[in-house]
Amino acid sequence: MSFLSYFISGVSLGAVYAIIALGYTMVYGIARMLNFAHGDVIMVGSFVIFTVVSTFGMNPFIGIAAGVLACTLLGVTVERIAYRPLREATSLAVLITAIGVSYFLQNVALLIFGSNAHQFTSVVSLPNLVLAGGNLTVSSTAIVTIISCIIIMIALTAFINKTKMGQAMLAVSEDRGAASLMGIDVNKTIAVTFAIGSALAAIAGALLCSAYPSLTPYTGSMPGIKAFTAAVFGGIGSIPGALIGGIVLGVIENLSKAYISSQLSDAIVFAVLIIVLLVRPTGILGRKINEKV
Amino acid sequence: MAILEVRDLEVCYGVIQAIKGISFTVNQGEIIALIGANGAGKTTTLQTITGLIPAKAGRIIYNGTDITKTPGYKLVSMGIAHVPEGRRVFAEMTVLQNLRMGAYTRKDKAEVDETLKSIYQRFPRLEERKNQPAGTLSGGEQQMLAMGRALMSRPKLMLMDEPSMGLSPIYVNEIFDIIKEIHKSGTTVLLVEQNAKKALSIADKAYVLETGRIVLSGDAREMMDNEQVKKAYLSE
Repeated sequence: MSFLSYFISGVSLGAVYAIIALGYTMVYGIARMLNFAHGDVIMVGSFVIFTVVSTFGMNPFIGIAAGVLACTLLGVTVERIAYRPLREATSLAVLITAIGVSYFLQNVALLIFGSNAHQFTSVVSLPNLVLAGGNLTVSSTAIVTIISCIIIMIALTAFINKTKMGQAMLAVSEDRGAASLMGIDVNKTIAVTFAIGSALAAIAGALLCSAYPSLTPYTGSMPGIKAFTAAVFGGIGSIPGALIGGIVLGVIENLSKAYISSQLSDAIVFAVLIIVLLVRPTGILGRKINEKV
Repeated sequence: MAILEVRDLEVCYGVIQAIKGISFTVNQGEIIALIGANGAGKTTTLQTITGLIPAKAGRIIYNGTDITKTPGYKLVSMGIAHVPEGRRVFAEMTVLQNLRMGAYTRKDKAEVDETLKSIYQRFPRLEERKNQPAGTLSGGEQQMLAMGRALMSRPKLMLMDEPSMGLSPIYVNEIFDIIKEIHKSGTTVLLVEQNAKKALSIADKAYVLETGRIVLSGDAREMMDNEQVKKAYLSE
């Protein structure tokens, strides 16, 4: 029973990684850049929710709505100010800028909230699920996290396949120039991608901090890197890849914490990534890279 | 009446000047051919017109409006469609999704479906393969898809870049027949081609580009008899 319990909490952790990984993978797929500040957007969202819920004592749903709104604005603003002027620049310049944005967000949070950990109040207030005559307890946060992840995946897939904007995103991800010849405003499409990714980061922040309630300005960076790993693992640019990569990563991390060593769990996670990339350089569901001449 | 006027256009890639001040006019209802060797600047010219590359100097006027600085994506709703070199279909999207992308700027749903029907009539093979990813089509079919996709916006002016490139002779003939049809149904065509013989056979007027300059212009039929052109571009 304890294995099942570790497994389920691993799936739940993985679901959070998957939601974060969507932000990385969509932005990479459509804007061809690695937004290393994405993890810190999670932290900003969590602090907004924390402030609304714990400081002002408002309903958690209002907190999440505020967090989503704040992160959407943040994502779009960062894209407009920091990344759009570098659209034609080398990817290294963009990467360095993203790291700069990451430090900027961390330090602003440090100025406002200090470096001490804040106790995040869980946004989930449902009772835990007790199964198998009391032998297996599944936390309500884990259930809500997994359900949220499923809903987000379904909604996002429907958005991409059924809406004009979603199709425009696919077109831009395949060929930016050809997309513009179709009349698609590439800048607007990229801005919408950032908005969606950042809104999801706020939701991921709420779920992450509900499970691991200690909130600091660095809260987003490690899950950010893990989710990036998950995105690469699943095949960067692929939405189902983000889901698979996230879940696999979360399960490996939790099981190695439980059965091998909690100190080594991160090392094991990254070792698995290295092995997967050696065997399949494009990740599990990655596109084949066809460089046409 | 001029639908497109290019005046003293200059384009640079970094320090290299690809287009060195060219001027030409496309009149309503014409087929204009831009011919020339590889690297003469034909593709660059088209890409500058549709905003994929910024112009360094000169003006581009479409239907009386200066579009030199207009972002490329806005030109589609103004009536310009561009069938790019190498077709550039969205390989992972289906044929139908590709065609729908061509109508991205149109809001009249019922009429879009009408246009789609007419494109299926013109290219029955696209309808047969409508649910197939575009990347699985043959080169000739991809060219038809690229043309169909451009027609979905109901353009007044269609720019076509090397539509015959890499195609078997049978497909080349078919593609040129289709260009003639598109023209007949009222669309003005600016055609860039390395296959000068074919291009001149359907064009009204032609311009010969050489390393970023127009070196010759005139009536397409007369140009076919021009000794210089024959020697440089028409020898098989």
